[in-house]
Amino acid sequence: MEQLQIRTMAEFAATGEVPEVLFWVGCAGSFDDRAKKITKAFVRILNAAKVKFAILGQEETCTGDPARRAGNEFLFQMQALQNVTVLNGYGVKRIVTACPHCFNTLKNEYPALGGTYEVLHHTQFINALMKEGRIKVEGGSFKGKRITFHDPCYLGRGNNEYEAPREVLLKLDAALVELKRSKQNGLCCGAGGAQMFKEAEPGTREVNIERSEEALGVEPNVIAAGCPFCNTMLTDGVKHFNKEGEVKVMDIAEMIATANDL
Amino acid sequence: MGIASIVFILLVGAASWLFARNIMRVRRNILLGKDEVINDRPGERWAVMTRVALGQSKMVVRPIAGFLHIIVYAGFVIINIEVLEIIIDGIFGTHRVLSFLGGFYDFLIGSFEWLALGVWVACVVFLVRRNGIKLKRFVQKELDGWPKSDANLILFTEIALMSAFLLMNAADWTLQQRGDEHYIAAGAFPVSSAVAGLFSFSAISSGTLIAIERTCWWFHIIGILAFLNYLPYSKHLHILLAFPNTWYSKLKPKTEIGNMERVTGEVKSMLDPSIAPPEMAAPRMVVGHEVTDRFGAKDVFDLSWKSLMDAYSCTECGRCTSECPANLTGKLLSPRKIMMDTRDRVEEVGKAIDAKGKWEDDGKSLHTRITEEELWACTTCNACTQACPVNIDPVNIIMEMRRYLVMEESKTRPALTGMFNNVENNGAPWAFGPDKRLDWTQQ
Repeated sequence: MEQLQIRTMAEFAATGEVPEVLFWVGCAGSFDDRAKKITKAFVRILNAAKVKFAILGQEETCTGDPARRAGNEFLFQMQALQNVTVLNGYGVKRIVTACPHCFNTLKNEYPALGGTYEVLHHTQFINALMKEGRIKVEGGSFKGKRITFHDPCYLGRGNNEYEAPREVLLKLDAALVELKRSKQNGLCCGAGGAQMFKEAEPGTREVNIERSEEALGVEPNVIAAGCPFCNTMLTDGVKHFNKEGEVKVMDIAEMIATANDL
Repeated sequence: MGIASIVFILLVGAASWLFARNIMRVRRNILLGKDEVINDRPGERWAVMTRVALGQSKMVVRPIAGFLHIIVYAGFVIINIEVLEIIIDGIFGTHRVLSFLGGFYDFLIGSFEWLALGVWVACVVFLVRRNGIKLKRFVQKELDGWPKSDANLILFTEIALMSAFLLMNAADWTLQQRGDEHYIAAGAFPVSSAVAGLFSFSAISSGTLIAIERTCWWFHIIGILAFLNYLPYSKHLHILLAFPNTWYSKLKPKTEIGNMERVTGEVKSMLDPSIAPPEMAAPRMVVGHEVTDRFGAKDVFDLSWKSLMDAYSCTECGRCTSECPANLTGKLLSPRKIMMDTRDRVEEVGKAIDAKGKWEDDGKSLHTRITEEELWACTTCNACTQACPVNIDPVNIIMEMRRYLVMEESKTRPALTGMFNNVENNGAPWAFGPDKRLDWTQQ
């Protein structure tokens, strides 16, 4: 078993130490088999960059994002107020998360409930680590490969962050190929607004098939994602077209960890 | 003062009165919505309005339609300077009263002519695009019936108005050439002189030309006054509401959903029994009707007034729908239809209020028009709000209606009930308890 250096907020508090940042793992990152790999890749990066980070562990619960988007404001606020109590109790100032939905909720929606933090998406955090020279990245296995990036709605259109993931990807010495619908015009993967947790309404095709077809159209070696839900949707889409042998769907954290042999 | 001047003054007066009355009716309807104070960051608001409404920044995302639209927009704004002269001439029986401006006047009239031609051509292209090419977003079923006729009527009217303007100038120019004493030589006529040639105006008697010039003059001004009063009944109202609607834009991050204060009070009291639950808000009086405060939106009264202004600002271009992932994959949801249904409902309520002097429940609501299937198809991706050239927010209406379904009617999709239960019991949308949350560190 690999050695990941992980400490919980409670452990930090017990020693009186203060972590540099809280890593909000999120439900997908904690429970979904595919997303757990992203979580571990990101932890390897944090370890390599010697970032003193904490997780909440069993004290972390759903941000409430899917409940709010599905119309259940009571449930959302129950979750949010509990989380705010825990976060404020530990005096958390800075949070990083690999999920754009957690990111959006923590950053934009918790302040109205008494929780104001500096919240970063993991691609922003990795980008900053690179700029500060805390991790170096060389292309490694990605050198010369064709990579396309699928903008998560909640990071891109929702919060205007288009550059951080691209800046990180460009460090891989790969050819970054833009999709026709990218950045502000990016097409949703189909999972947002609590769709992840329900059957799609009747239609002629699934949204993730539409998006995966577009992504496969640029003939990439890797489709880069920045959201565990997009990752699932696109992975399913690539399988639908029987392309999983040739085209990988990877989170940016996984790509950086792989490139650095972490 | 001649009889023509009196008729003219009466016409302008009546049209202005009618227009003011209609606008007040639209205002009253918009204010049927809930109060929401939107006045933060005024500097940013003026900048957004200047960029998006005045500067048409989101129109040009689609370059061809955007370019043609700017011609029509600039044409209408600038040619309206001419209306100022028409009004003065109409009241005092003068002819081309501003011609003392000399060279500058020539420049103005000349540029109006080029713009008029531009508007004419653009509207013809728009007609072809709408009825000939059958662009998907212009043939989707929410446009069947009145919306389609409304769009065509607007384009025909603009073509007719521009034609009248150019024919009027063509007759005027020909009369000027003949040295007719009333038709003093003033203005430059780069387009209408060609129109005069095209219709061989030189072969027509001065009496007939004067009749043509006068008819077109009256047609042009009556057309404009009629069009003005058509606006409040039409999607074309966007030419006015685009400005306030962009000023009141959502400036917060697109995916941020607003907090429900009342729920916060109740949840705080649930989590901590020492906190008293908030008192029920007093029912709001709307035109003599008690509107109970409810969770989410059942009807137009439960939406923010801004959502109702959004509905009146929509010109049904369908850019939202053409970018909507749900609509693109054949789902029932069309953000444009959400806006059209909201406007139709608020109009329906407004008409009932006008008829009875107050509002009485008619047993219908927004949900009569917008189905659950539409509401549950939204991924909240905000492609629609990004695409809208006047910053309309259909997602807000969808969210408020979902809130009503879930919190007032307990109506949801079965799988979502499962997700709710998991979040409530396990603190995660899946059936994994907190004891499993650290398993990933051991695998």
